[in-house]
Amino acid sequence: MIIIITEDTNLGAKSREDGRAFDELRPLKIEAGVLERADGSAYLEFGGNKILVAVYGPKESHIRRFQRPDRAYIRCRYNMAPFSVDDRKRPGPDRRSMEISKVTAEALQPSILLEKYPRALIDIFIEVLEAEGGTRCAGITAASVALADAGIPMKDMVVACASGKVNDQIVLDLSEVEDKEGQADLPVAIMPRSGEITLLQSDGSLNAGEFEKAVDLAVEGCQAISKVQQDALKKRYGE
Amino acid sequence: MILIKDKDLVVPGEVLAEDDFHAGRGTFREENKICSSVVGLVSIRNKKISVIPLQSKYLPKRGDVVIGEINDIRFSMWGLDINSPYSGLLPASEVFGKEKRELEKVFDVGDVLFLRVIDVDEVKKVKLGLKGRGLGKFKGGILVYITPTKVPRLIGKKGSMINMIKDKTHCDIVVGQNGVVWVKGQPEMERIAEKVIKMIEEQAHTSGLTDRVRDSLAELTGEKVESDDNHEILQSVEDKLETELGTKPDEEHTDLKESEDFDESIIEEDEGQEEDQLESDQKDQETQQNVHKYEDNAEEGESAEENEAQEKEEVDEKSEDSDEPTEEKTPKDEKSSLPRKIIESKFNFNQFKR
Amino acid sequence: MNVVPEITRKSITDLINNLERPDSRALDEYREISLETGVISKAEGSARVKIGSSQIIVGTKSQLGSPFPDTPNVGVIMTNSELLPMAAPEFEPGPPDEKSVELARVTDRCIRESQMVDLEKLCLVEGKKVWMIFIDLHILDYDGNLMDAAVLGAVAALLNTRIPKATMVDDEIVIDYENKEPLPIREKALMCTFAKIGEQMVLDPSLAEEEILSARLSIGMTESGNICALQKGGATPLTKEEIMNAVKITEEKTKELMEYLP
Repeated sequence: MIIIITEDTNLGAKSREDGRAFDELRPLKIEAGVLERADGSAYLEFGGNKILVAVYGPKESHIRRFQRPDRAYIRCRYNMAPFSVDDRKRPGPDRRSMEISKVTAEALQPSILLEKYPRALIDIFIEVLEAEGGTRCAGITAASVALADAGIPMKDMVVACASGKVNDQIVLDLSEVEDKEGQADLPVAIMPRSGEITLLQSDGSLNAGEFEKAVDLAVEGCQAISKVQQDALKKRYGE
Repeated sequence: MILIKDKDLVVPGEVLAEDDFHAGRGTFREENKICSSVVGLVSIRNKKISVIPLQSKYLPKRGDVVIGEINDIRFSMWGLDINSPYSGLLPASEVFGKEKRELEKVFDVGDVLFLRVIDVDEVKKVKLGLKGRGLGKFKGGILVYITPTKVPRLIGKKGSMINMIKDKTHCDIVVGQNGVVWVKGQPEMERIAEKVIKMIEEQAHTSGLTDRVRDSLAELTGEKVESDDNHEILQSVEDKLETELGTKPDEEHTDLKESEDFDESIIEEDEGQEEDQLESDQKDQETQQNVHKYEDNAEEGESAEENEAQEKEEVDEKSEDSDEPTEEKTPKDEKSSLPRKIIESKFNFNQFKR
Repeated sequence: MNVVPEITRKSITDLINNLERPDSRALDEYREISLETGVISKAEGSARVKIGSSQIIVGTKSQLGSPFPDTPNVGVIMTNSELLPMAAPEFEPGPPDEKSVELARVTDRCIRESQMVDLEKLCLVEGKKVWMIFIDLHILDYDGNLMDAAVLGAVAALLNTRIPKATMVDDEIVIDYENKEPLPIREKALMCTFAKIGEQMVLDPSLAEEEILSARLSIGMTESGNICALQKGGATPLTKEEIMNAVKITEEKTKELMEYLP
């Protein structure tokens, strides 16, 4: 499925390496409830990204570090399969995946009604099976669907999308090549109903005007992806 | 202003209504909007909007009856897995008085018990009890696990669904509100009961389920369903009605009228609860998560309560001879079955392909 | 801790002693198997295998490296497995545990000892440069019998693997990424796993069966019927008769499993 955001703007129409318009997302597909053992799960393909997310919980936590007296604790693990990238990645966490795990948990947390489950643990396991730029955003988007699939009560389904600057142009949803060669990358996650931002990172150089434009574009992308999240859940139970 | 219809499927964050409505369980209020907090089916009763979740963990509630498994023995209490984020504790004093006895000689790790939730404190420490009719240890049989939110559906209105399974499979069945179901009968019948229970779980949110369950019980047990004859007669009566009145009645026939209602039993269940909880709901407009209730003070006779009373009687029968190892009642060559998940291909096989 | 309810243990054992199984299979019958290759474009070879609801993705990666000093003229195959915490509630994040290492090593043994891949052909410069093939087993969903799924997936991924053509030109290695070729595969081998429950040995134990097994036996066998790997698990002994009977069933079942390979 290709989602084209048709709002016209006056940016110069330099074409992107994969032929997309500046505000065009890569093909996206989300499927909910794909694993047997997990309480909730989701599979997402976004361009060349293939992401699988499993959620367990709320469950009893035997580790004090993962317990809070008045609410549930979110534990998130973002992991890349060794074969998910061009050069084989050594298994196990590295500094990058640990950082992404942390910001992902923090991006999702505001949406989850944690106070319903004091002392309990909610585990979110994000597996990148194949990576092609924008895996952290894809992971967050899939994780929300898996959380909903697990029946975990939430205020909203967090959704994420990156924008950035490539060839002096603000563009939506950077591919792997654009991410590497571009001037800036700006991953954003929002709660789509309120528009509040729950993840914001930036890597590269943007002036204030460009930054605002990039945020707006990322939020637009998020809103479009949000629909696909909802459809995935409705499709699982709809038929 | 209302944005959805009764029984619509909604997702977390979806706006259900604005202004002038009350937020029931599975929903929350945000300024003037009422939003869903879960994936579930909308239930609109008067001015109150709720969402019945399709998936949820069991949250223990005082008065519930649950099936638990002993996984820990401590100095003066047993620890039990009750299919919940919170494990349960059964104090030794619930089983014997002050005298000291070795706990594992009474109940050992791996034993499965039918218990009542006596107390749940603010940090969700769950105290369980065994005092009461029908409570105690299960001997023999199999366990089937279902999503706790589907329990009312499995029971059906006034126990009709579960009774139908009992009748056709000649199995004893005990349903814990935590989604654990105990089934005992002829091994092949246990397996049929398991299959049907799983089918109800899978299809709980669809309509016409009672008929499909009846059909599949008939097919699996190879037994002719008695109501079939009635069905034809009533059908012809209805056809007549239809020609006379020019409209077809809502229900297929009167006999099934009640069972059609079961198709909404989750919602019906919910309604009962909502009325009970109206006050607390008004105080706390946040999501009311706790679901199926059938309190034991079931004098009002709302559907599930009756089931449970009936349930308890069943268990009583069982427990009367429970000192005799129940297994001996069944011939040695009998086979039994086990709880297992229905294996289905959830993955679309092409999905990894570009 | 995961404790199997006593009544569950008993009902399954009774059933199996009666030559029946909880999911109505015959004692020597596999659950539904599905296998697809080429599912990960960034891997040199890949496969997704499902046995019942157990699900594994296997990816292979190749890179040039130095051979082991004691085998200077052969390429290297390295097998690694991750029992991902997503696959089961009892799997914890962290470095591979015993179970994970056993799975990887048994899979590795089955592939290595069957001499399925002609490793000599993966040598470019003796003692200096050889192809190293990494097999990564990514366990996504654990529903029993990971061994057979891992070997089936690994073999399928190897069959699917294409490595760049490397040639020697004037003492220099030239790697042609445009031209990829399959691995030099000889005889294939697969694995069958049995669980002893009650008085019987059952093929392809499901999760529920695996949780109550007293002993486990995995047999790797080549197309021509040679045993290339064995692994007994569980703290209960097996009789020779039980083992020989399992070998006999394996001869027939590996042929069946071969049909799933690409």
